[in-house]
Amino acid sequence: MAVTSSTRAQPRTLLWLLGTLILVVGLALVSLNVGASRMNLLHLFTQPDDRITQLLFVSRWPRTLALILAGASLAVAGLLLQMMARNRLVEPSMVGTVDAAALGVLLCAIVAPSMALWLKFSVVSLFAVMGTVLFLAVLKRIPLRSALIVPLLGLVLAGVIAAASGLLAHQFELSQALRSWNSGDFSAILRGRYELLWAAAGITVLAMLLADRFTVLGMGKDFATNVGVNYPALLALGVLLVSMIIASVVVIAGALPFIGLIVPNLVRLLTGDNVRRAIPVVALAGSALMLAADLLGRVLIHPYEIPSATLLAIAGSLVFIVILVRGRRQWA
Amino acid sequence: MGLTKRGRWLLSLTAVLALGSVLGFMTLNVHSDWAFIVQYRGTRLLAMLLVALSMGLATVVFQTITHNRILTPSLMGFDVLYVLVHTLALLLWGTEFGKGWPLELRFILEVTVMVSIALLLFRWLFNGSVRGLHMLILLGMVGGLLFRELADLSARVFDPSEFSIQQGSSVANFNRVNLQLLWVGLAAAVFCSGLLFHLRRQLDVLSLGRDVAINLGVPYRKAVTLLMLVIGALLSISTALVGPMLFFGLLVANLAYWITGSHQHRWTLPASVLAAIVCLIGGQVLFEHLLSTRLPLAMVIELCGGVLFIALLLRGVKQ
Repeated sequence: MAVTSSTRAQPRTLLWLLGTLILVVGLALVSLNVGASRMNLLHLFTQPDDRITQLLFVSRWPRTLALILAGASLAVAGLLLQMMARNRLVEPSMVGTVDAAALGVLLCAIVAPSMALWLKFSVVSLFAVMGTVLFLAVLKRIPLRSALIVPLLGLVLAGVIAAASGLLAHQFELSQALRSWNSGDFSAILRGRYELLWAAAGITVLAMLLADRFTVLGMGKDFATNVGVNYPALLALGVLLVSMIIASVVVIAGALPFIGLIVPNLVRLLTGDNVRRAIPVVALAGSALMLAADLLGRVLIHPYEIPSATLLAIAGSLVFIVILVRGRRQWA
Repeated sequence: MGLTKRGRWLLSLTAVLALGSVLGFMTLNVHSDWAFIVQYRGTRLLAMLLVALSMGLATVVFQTITHNRILTPSLMGFDVLYVLVHTLALLLWGTEFGKGWPLELRFILEVTVMVSIALLLFRWLFNGSVRGLHMLILLGMVGGLLFRELADLSARVFDPSEFSIQQGSSVANFNRVNLQLLWVGLAAAVFCSGLLFHLRRQLDVLSLGRDVAINLGVPYRKAVTLLMLVIGALLSISTALVGPMLFFGLLVANLAYWITGSHQHRWTLPASVLAAIVCLIGGQVLFEHLLSTRLPLAMVIELCGGVLFIALLLRGVKQ
């Protein structure tokens, strides 16, 4: 199948790949140096002492790594969902996947607050799958006359799920906790508290390897079946991959909206419509965006922090409005 | 032309229910002396009546000038816009310059700013450059999201430690009503509803569409601008009193159309207000006294409104 091959990328795409890689490395270095306590990475070599190595390996390094992993996974999850919904205006936080995952976290906190991490991850993944399936099922029932109905429906479904969690949280006096799960940030990341994101990264790599098939999925059921793809199985796999990525990020950091929308659309703008080839660029650009949002949140009201979710939501809704207004003739 | 038999019957039933809710709210489970009850429950009742009045009227009028039954000012992000203006204004009131100003004057200034921005947005959205209902709702909803997060961000930047206290006010709550603005709100809401009632025939003509309305001699631009000013003011009152509500207006307006089965504003306007009273005050009585749950009414209303919205959307697409 992969005859034209995702490995033989165009020179321009390669250039973008290099550019985003440099960006990620640069931002990661800055991220290691910024924080409430004064520290410089160079001190590690010039005047090494226990405090600095401690700070670096217990707090700064895990946080930076978590940002990179989460950003890349979220961007690829967004791309995957866009292929499955056949619409480039959706992303997991706009269709109910993220809100269903937050509902799962809430239920875990109500039923068994000290649940083992893997069990919690499984429960939350299950809820994320249910949220995604609900969206796709409702989508199947409506004739797709307007591309805009898809994100619209997703937003309202997400809102209804969020309202249900809000009610539940209020009954169990967990409103404050729900609010913090809904606005994700990385301020509580330490060594030993982010390793679940490696699972997300593994899933992301799997999704990247299967990108060709998901592109075929995006062309519709008839076409996909015609070229020999097992459509229902692949769709189920896609839902599962997206949901597990979202579940791990929500469990570790909370909801981080709009990365899956901004990054694929931006990369599409830069490297052309064949995003399948540029999928490594999507992952790296996701990491870069996540790092930038977290950094900005850390320096804006230093030494306080603004959750990255707030900054991402502002950037994301602006990008969304720009996409809508620019393409308004095309959508109408 | 009057109402059908069914319309008359349902409207009277709604009126009776509304009256019953108000009476129940004031009289159920009274254990202390009346002076206190009248003082405590009376002010809350008045605030909720004002919210019902503002939301019902504003939504019906907005749907008339935009010719559809799904779009509402709240969905277009107008009440979150008020929250944003209010949060930014807090910065000015905190300075030496703004400290001595009375609360009512601040409120009026905030409303003026909010209404001007809303008017500009409305001009841009409805001058023909943006086509399609779905596009409008999406722009409105995402715009609302943007306003909400901007308000959140500015609150955090200006005062990180006060943030968690202030945060509570960005969600509607009927148990924590802002009573300081009650009297300004009352005056403004009464004035606005009087104006709308006076304009009811013009509204009937406007609902026929822009071209027909102009043809029949309505000064279209002037009329729509005036109505938008009224809508902005009504929404500010409701948001200032209890906080933003995304789907309440939608729920109430569609109830009003269903109850009356008519398009005439002399019926739909009062019906929307009565339906809002039943939802708000009747719901409060039901939750507080009859079921004695602590379930927040605002969230339940939002949930019902959201489901109604999906149903309307799917029906609209199928047609």
